[in-house]
Amino acid sequence: MNDWSRAVSAHPPEISAAALETITGNRGLQIEEPLIFEQDSPGHCGVDLPEPATFCDRLGGLDRQGIIGLPGLSEPQVVRHFTRLSQKNYAIDSGLYPLGSCTMKHNPRLNEKLARLPGLADIHPLQPIATVPGALELIDTLSHWLKTLTGMPAIALSPAAGAHGELCGIMSIRAALEARGDRRIRVLVPESAHGTNPATAAACGYTVDPIPADLTGRVDCTALEGKLGPDVAALMLTNPNTCGLFERQIIEIADAVHRAGAFFYCDGANFNAIVGRVRPADLGIDCMHLNLHKTFSTPHGGGGPGSGPVALSASLAPFAPLPWIVHGPDGLELIEHKTGPAESSLGRLKGFHGQMGMFVRALAYMMSHGSDGLRQVAEDAVLNANYLRARLADDLSLSFPGPCMHEVLFDDRFLKDTGVTTLDFAKALIDEGYHPMTMYFPLIVHGAMLIEPTETESKASLDQFIAVVRALAATARSGDTARFRAAPVHTPRRRLDETTAARKPVLRWRPEPMQHQAAE
Amino acid sequence: MRYLPLTASDRASMLAAIGADSIDALFDDVPESARLAGPVHLPRAMGEIEVERLVSRMAARNVAAGSVPFFIGGGVYRHHVPAAVDHLIQRGEFLTSYTPYQPEISQGTLQYLFEFQTQVALLTGMEVANASLYDGATACAEAVMMANRVTGRTRAVLSGGLHPHYREVCETYGRFVGFELSTQDPLDGEELARLVDRDTSCVVVQNPDFFGEVRDYSGLARICHDAGALLVIVVTEILSLIVAAEGQSIGNALNFGGPHVGLFATRDRFVRQMPGRLVGQTVDADGRRGWVLTLSTREQHIRRERATSNICTNAGLCALAFTIHLALLGETGLTRLARLNHAAAGALAERLETVPGIRLLNRAFFNEFAVRLPRPAAEIVEALAAEGVLAGVPVSRFYPDNEPIADILLVAATEMTTTEDMDRLEAALRKVLS
Repeated sequence: MNDWSRAVSAHPPEISAAALETITGNRGLQIEEPLIFEQDSPGHCGVDLPEPATFCDRLGGLDRQGIIGLPGLSEPQVVRHFTRLSQKNYAIDSGLYPLGSCTMKHNPRLNEKLARLPGLADIHPLQPIATVPGALELIDTLSHWLKTLTGMPAIALSPAAGAHGELCGIMSIRAALEARGDRRIRVLVPESAHGTNPATAAACGYTVDPIPADLTGRVDCTALEGKLGPDVAALMLTNPNTCGLFERQIIEIADAVHRAGAFFYCDGANFNAIVGRVRPADLGIDCMHLNLHKTFSTPHGGGGPGSGPVALSASLAPFAPLPWIVHGPDGLELIEHKTGPAESSLGRLKGFHGQMGMFVRALAYMMSHGSDGLRQVAEDAVLNANYLRARLADDLSLSFPGPCMHEVLFDDRFLKDTGVTTLDFAKALIDEGYHPMTMYFPLIVHGAMLIEPTETESKASLDQFIAVVRALAATARSGDTARFRAAPVHTPRRRLDETTAARKPVLRWRPEPMQHQAAE
Repeated sequence: MRYLPLTASDRASMLAAIGADSIDALFDDVPESARLAGPVHLPRAMGEIEVERLVSRMAARNVAAGSVPFFIGGGVYRHHVPAAVDHLIQRGEFLTSYTPYQPEISQGTLQYLFEFQTQVALLTGMEVANASLYDGATACAEAVMMANRVTGRTRAVLSGGLHPHYREVCETYGRFVGFELSTQDPLDGEELARLVDRDTSCVVVQNPDFFGEVRDYSGLARICHDAGALLVIVVTEILSLIVAAEGQSIGNALNFGGPHVGLFATRDRFVRQMPGRLVGQTVDADGRRGWVLTLSTREQHIRRERATSNICTNAGLCALAFTIHLALLGETGLTRLARLNHAAAGALAERLETVPGIRLLNRAFFNEFAVRLPRPAAEIVEALAAEGVLAGVPVSRFYPDNEPIADILLVAATEMTTTEDMDRLEAALRKVLS
């Protein structure tokens, strides 16, 4: 018998959900899930494989002795385990993900479908080139789109992520300087830069020289001019910058950098703000990495895989990493060695040809939008950010005058004397069903909150977010700090003890010690 | 445009709320000379039907591995991926989430990465593993740089049996990051041990090596230990054994060479010198077990120019595919899968040895081996491709100017290789070589 037609009685008012302990520790759809290692049924297997018919050991006596210790689970156990884990994650598919500088936009599923076509996913990088003309065509088409959008003459496609693209860019610059016998030791990096910029420059042997920001949140051009000199290899600048602002003086900056004999590297993490409306080549940029997983919608996947192609000016193009695809007399050719036109290449940065799976997705994304749609992407991304800026201006504290580009920066002055920190405020947003904004970055303002809505949010979605943020700000000002300090409470886990995690690292599961069992 | 939710009236009312006359006003900070008046010269927007048609047309021009007898390896291997793996990694909560910086709402990602780290540590026999790197080749270069940090030395010794792409990536990093390499020639019989001295930070060997040979490195490990150097073991086929490894073989497609997943494992005492993300166990405010990103003081977003590496992301979703596939396999399945691979390669080697003119070069191998052919291998591979067989990797593709190895072909077999595939390869080889 079911009770579908019965009236549902209201909860007795004296019981609050938070106080109600369950027998299992589960809370409805939030299910406590042990590690796979704690669900071991020895001998179980989720894959049916035959025992080989004939077996002749040719390992020379070097086969593994002893057991590995992997748990045995059947397919339904594995599917249930990972489904339950997935339900503990926030995602773009489930809500607004306003992480500044991360460009968490919708990931179209058409791209997933196409990346899985056997003619693209089931081809090997070492097949004879004659058996993969479509792969070269796809890579060349992607490169044509990226060259047209950036106005740059060459694209290096092999870098595996944004940080890897930065490495490629700085290595290209160093190779070009060395080719002209020019030894330079400093790289200028604004204080507002992503951490990867100084880490990359330092990894390539350069001394990092920070440039302060001016009162409008942009590079202090006087300080920059003062630091330029014959020992400066490059300026690494993010544009639009990490305050969400366009560097108005960028052409003058590029001229000054070039006058000093240095190269102008642009971090293209924020290309979404200008795609289809501004070509980086027209700004005097020599080198810029593009994050296909930001501007061009390839999924972030919980932290990768990414893809970080690098657009190069004519002066840097000869040093691009291997492999190269060139137009030859008989069509497209793949150059895998430092020969012919690729003689000056800086070499190989990654195994094989780059993140092909990401190339397919990014190309499908660009073709879907077209040149008109990509321009609209930039416009809507900037419009959405400015709308949040305008509607939250009185409730939060804006760090710099506007307008902004694709993201808007607030600081924590509006929380002054409330006892609520930026972290508390962000955690309270989690309880309201939102992923927080980027916090405490950039470093040049106090308690930064960097909000990037992206163009794939509707106005209704933004309005709801605005209402929530305003209400939270009002609550904080009203002195109700307890809920902020306790937040989040409606999540699979509450705040985690990161100090203990770092002091006494437990980085893998180990079986319970025998003596522990004996003691029980 | 189907991915853009704003309507014309939304845009108008939002501009009004902002107090801007037009969208152009929001781009006023862009220097006038750099403002594009209209769309760039590229095709206009397309519907799903058209995009699917155009991309499918490109895909159809390629010969998919599954459509022919297929024996190519050389660092990327064709294995079966259970249907459940691809279904699970496409769940939006995994696919469309960011790096797990907010642990309270990222426990799913954090827990599977903790499981991944444990699996990799178990597989490699090491104490600790990170949450993955880009691929095997970059993991190898990162291993050398870590050994340099640990030992305070700057010269690495690379075995001639190391995958040539891995060696080339190390050379690129070495030139720009600033470390030296002593590289053994491929197939060089010289003892690696002779290259090890008091300035050596590490010795990098691959097992099975690029030519498929399975080797015993216990003697070399002792020599390294005595010289105060680290031994870095590279594995391009993780089904076989061990520390900078390519994990593509478990859970991931060929993908024309990427994305794949770099595995990286080491000893507990070196953990603070490790590159890449790490997930650690802890408790929440209610004392319940949970997971967080940890030891991030090694990383660029905290340390900036003093970070151990500039790496920001890992290969999250590929690591998830690896974790799920290995969870499905378990101890029993993995062992059986390895036996199937070894049996297939053994059966194939036996057959090829009966073909006149072909000589097997390996004493011990796992699922890939090298054969010497009577003519340049690249020519024969082209001829076999014309017969509809993708026979293997001519070593000359990596060493175009190395005459003595131009006749060597690498041949791989996996659980996907059927007896009919072997029949086709054998027959085609007999025809082409006769």
